[in-house]
Amino acid sequence: MLKKGSQIVCESLLREGCDVVFGIPGGAILPLYQALPEYPELRHILTRHEQGASLAADGYARVTGRPGVAFATSGPGATNLVTGIASAQMDSVPLVIVTGQVNSWTIGSDAFQETDITGITLPVTKHNFLVMDAAEIASAIKEAFYIANSGRPGPVLVDIPRNVFVQEVEYEEPGEMNLPGYSPNFSGHSGQIKKAADLINESVKPVIIAGHGVIISKAYEELKVLAEKAQIPVITTLLGISCFPEDHVLWSGWPGMHGMAHSSFAIEESDLVIALGMRFDDRITGNPAKFATNSKKIHVDVDPSEIGKNISVEVPIVGDVKEVLGRLNQQVLPGTHTDWLKRIESLKEDHPSLDIPETTKLLARQVIKDLSDETRGNATIVTGVGQHQMWAAQHYRFKNPSTFLTSGGSGTMGYEVPAAMGAQVGNPESTVWSIAGDGGFQMTLCELATIAENRLPIKFAILNNNFLGMVRQWQEIFFDSSYVSTSYTGNPDFVRLAESYGIKGIRVTDKSQVKSAISEAMEHDGPVVVDFIVEQEENVYPMIPSGMTVYDMIEEPVSEKVTS
Amino acid sequence: MNSSEKHTITALVEDRAGVLNRISSMFRRRGYNISSLAVGKSEAEGLSRMTFVVDGDTKTVDVVVKNLRKLVEVIKVSDISEENAVSRELALIRVKCDVTSRSEIMQIVDIFRAKIVDVSQDTLIVEVTGNEDKVNSLVDLLDTFGVFEVMRTGTVAMSRGVAFEKDKPGSGPRILESAS
Repeated sequence: MLKKGSQIVCESLLREGCDVVFGIPGGAILPLYQALPEYPELRHILTRHEQGASLAADGYARVTGRPGVAFATSGPGATNLVTGIASAQMDSVPLVIVTGQVNSWTIGSDAFQETDITGITLPVTKHNFLVMDAAEIASAIKEAFYIANSGRPGPVLVDIPRNVFVQEVEYEEPGEMNLPGYSPNFSGHSGQIKKAADLINESVKPVIIAGHGVIISKAYEELKVLAEKAQIPVITTLLGISCFPEDHVLWSGWPGMHGMAHSSFAIEESDLVIALGMRFDDRITGNPAKFATNSKKIHVDVDPSEIGKNISVEVPIVGDVKEVLGRLNQQVLPGTHTDWLKRIESLKEDHPSLDIPETTKLLARQVIKDLSDETRGNATIVTGVGQHQMWAAQHYRFKNPSTFLTSGGSGTMGYEVPAAMGAQVGNPESTVWSIAGDGGFQMTLCELATIAENRLPIKFAILNNNFLGMVRQWQEIFFDSSYVSTSYTGNPDFVRLAESYGIKGIRVTDKSQVKSAISEAMEHDGPVVVDFIVEQEENVYPMIPSGMTVYDMIEEPVSEKVTS
Repeated sequence: MNSSEKHTITALVEDRAGVLNRISSMFRRRGYNISSLAVGKSEAEGLSRMTFVVDGDTKTVDVVVKNLRKLVEVIKVSDISEENAVSRELALIRVKCDVTSRSEIMQIVDIFRAKIVDVSQDTLIVEVTGNEDKVNSLVDLLDTFGVFEVMRTGTVAMSRGVAFEKDKPGSGPRILESAS
């Protein structure tokens, strides 16, 4: 049967289980858009900026576990996607991006809205395709989905010239994929698993560091079994947050630059680090040469290139965390580690990281603590990047897997608005709270129109300190409080801004109003923007300066605690 | 940490537009230093072979190999530095030459089993094949006469005595190696 390239794109997406696409039309991709009415099962959400489309697809992918899909036109449409694509690549999020390209015969001639998007995205995609013949669309999209969501997930871009969308070809279902160079390794080596079990069984002071890989492979139960069976404390990475219930007695926080002090010290004092689906990021290790020098390391990761990249490990296991843990757990002996767990308890008492100072001021931390209490840890939390992100990770107590969405590796400010949109679309029943900074929120707030249009009941908590808070904190500590270009004196009235989109706005200026504002927002059945006017110069502690060690940690000064 | 040394890596890759770009982009992005790169068609339709000579310690090269393997269009990667391998490159060298120096140059060319492939009034072109050291030595020697131009292909390399199985019907080319 003859079909157009545009129809083949739609049918291929549907075959892969795609039900939502985020995007914006434009000249080169228009033929694809004009085919959409034929496929009502394919819901298109019109974002207001292409960056919103790629970041929304990211949020969607994280809550559903399926690739998020975004469309954009050639040139600026495609380049606007790039920040979202690069974020997804850093955080191993599966995306399938379809971009329109100029007509194939004009490629290379600097045609109107021509950009070499496969060239531009080469270093920030897992793979990309330029499809020059409609007969190759079906196989390219099938392969794109497979590559995006197998092994270590990541974004895949499919660039299609305008004329290929309108080209008619005899349509055939794609056959077997021809990817001789792609074989994601899923099965851990038995000998290595045995070695890991032996190390665990001998260890006196083991810690687990559970990363995003645990969430991606849905290894929640296996992680719990390992931790409980051998009584091993579970530390997560920033992206691993929510993979282990935070009301569990073995939950031991998260470490690193702004992580909890006891978590960082526990890793330093441990004799065995069991690293699961994580990559020893510099925010965790600080100076890699001085990271956890007293311990042996087991590193389980599905991506072989992560093994030994930052930290040398004694027992590398290349494989899917769920599969490896399933086999490892059978060989791990029940343990107690009573003294070690007590030691971590005392570290926690000696280095409290989560105490909120007694004050009449409205502290951002207090807002998050109250939000955690009011939602009983059951909301899906989406954050931007900066102080509010760190406070959200510190003070929200997550109970359910995959409910903390944040841009970790890339640190993409503005993630909080579109990713919340993707999370709400991907899981319409969930309560989505976007914790935003006034800086990042303004980078992507155009998506409030998309949210209003689609009646997505997202609740925004803007922690508004009229500063690029984290940068200001660095200026305070490292640049003698010289606040260059971090003061936001031209912020809009966020309540009236929300109202102009037909979105409910609430302003909170006093500590006493926080809980009632949160419940008022929750009771409203549409989107709400709550503008929390918080203390301007609150700092995130503890803090391990970049490239340093746990022993260089700056904890919250006592004077600050008393006076603030 | 091992000191920096040259490692030879070969890769079997799909012969498609953009593959070379993808590979060189990976090297650039990760900050690895390629000292030579050679590409050409392989024995199998649609597949090319590449030889990289990379500067770095063993750990760096290990990460290079792993990152090459991650690329979807890269089918097989071998680090043949430690193996018993044949490595060759071809160079064309334009040397300044007059009547008085011609015979001396010809003697040197003979010793290196190189060839003179072009002669003009003031210059001649020498063609040499050999490993990198041999080519370097010849260039150094000829430089005493004055080298105008050097064009080198970069090293190509192949393990010695590795079992190789010809195309099986329907199964495509297959390379057998003792260790993966």
